[in-house]
Amino acid sequence: MSGWMGALFLRELRLSLRVGGGALIGVLFFLAVITVIPFGVGPDLNLLALIGPAVLWIGALLATLLGLDRLFQADRDDGSLDLMLMSGRPLEVLVLVKCLAHWAGTGLPLVLAAPVLSIFLNLEPLAIGAVALTLLAGTPALTLIGAIGAALTVSLRRGGLLLAVLVVPFSIPVLIFGVSASGAAVTEPTPFMTPFLLLCALTLISAVVGPVAAAMALRFSSD
Amino acid sequence: MRLVAENLSCERGGRRVFSDLALTLEAGRALAVTGPNGVGKSSLLRVLAGLVQPASGEVRVEDGDPELSAGEHCHYYGHLDALKPALTVLENLAFWTAFLAPGRTGAQWQPMTPIEALEALGIDHAGDLPAAYLSAGQRRRLALARLLVVARPVWLLDEPTSALDAASEARLGQLMSAHLAAGGMIVAATHQKMPLADVGTLRLEAPA
Repeated sequence: MSGWMGALFLRELRLSLRVGGGALIGVLFFLAVITVIPFGVGPDLNLLALIGPAVLWIGALLATLLGLDRLFQADRDDGSLDLMLMSGRPLEVLVLVKCLAHWAGTGLPLVLAAPVLSIFLNLEPLAIGAVALTLLAGTPALTLIGAIGAALTVSLRRGGLLLAVLVVPFSIPVLIFGVSASGAAVTEPTPFMTPFLLLCALTLISAVVGPVAAAMALRFSSD
Repeated sequence: MRLVAENLSCERGGRRVFSDLALTLEAGRALAVTGPNGVGKSSLLRVLAGLVQPASGEVRVEDGDPELSAGEHCHYYGHLDALKPALTVLENLAFWTAFLAPGRTGAQWQPMTPIEALEALGIDHAGDLPAAYLSAGQRRRLALARLLVVARPVWLLDEPTSALDAASEARLGQLMSAHLAAGGMIVAATHQKMPLADVGTLRLEAPA
């Protein structure tokens, strides 16, 4: 990784971990969503185990959306985005590095918290492992797809809701394959690998489409 | 090396801000862009920086690095400081140093280290402080330090002296003189007299 990418990655990671950063907020929101589910659904342990993977995935999706609106907007508000646009650095790579750092700061903590929160939902150990693995493979796709929405809404005040409306439809496939892979791990005879590999493919595709589309949107945003 | 703009027109929000503007700036020269509020001084700087696409015309740097666009020859020092309050002064500056490097290289282009730049601007005592604790003038000076740590031939300055005290303004004058002496160029949008000996003036007038 050449110097400027490393510097950018470190800066973004530091910002997300320090005061006002999004890392802790995402995890706390995830925790809040998951802990209220058993109270709402009731003490039916079999039902909880059945819907557990889906609940965890939906919680992770919402928690990811929560922090995305500041991905580029914070840099636009303080003028950093101008300097980044005119620096001549390849904007697609810049977006990819920012997404990776954003995921490391906000997505990775969700993956790490998921096994603990699975206990609330009465998941068996194999299902816990499957959910954590699918979240690890799938949450980067959520961040990368979300980057497109973040870039499109960068110039809008309070664009967070619009971002969610834009991004959610495109994250449905990720959700479907993530949940079906987690479910397949515990129910015979459905195969685990088929939906899991499709999930990985979605992440790889969004790693290409997301930065290119977001960079295009950012170029048009400057005025 | 020189900065040339030809036949420049700029539209913002469907309104023509200025049209058919031409300017040529030789190495070692400074240009003050003056005029009433809203006449397009900042827009002109943003067009020169490549941040706003001109409606017509072009900006180029002659005898510069052919692989770089005109904007990549420039430092843009706008109204916004591009600082993160959660990072310390040195972290802020170190990031921009690494991100913008390498600048122009050559014998006369000697970029300062981040510490030297902070010393030159008189904020070296605040190096480990989060940028959130800086005063407005100190924030401006920290933003200026970015121009010193990576060498770029053209400085585009938007109200460079705003929020600066007299001593800092004098320091800025010295730094600008040194930049010009090394063969750099400065375009500054300003209402004040620039703290420099020899400055060309481009006065923008509102279209009749």
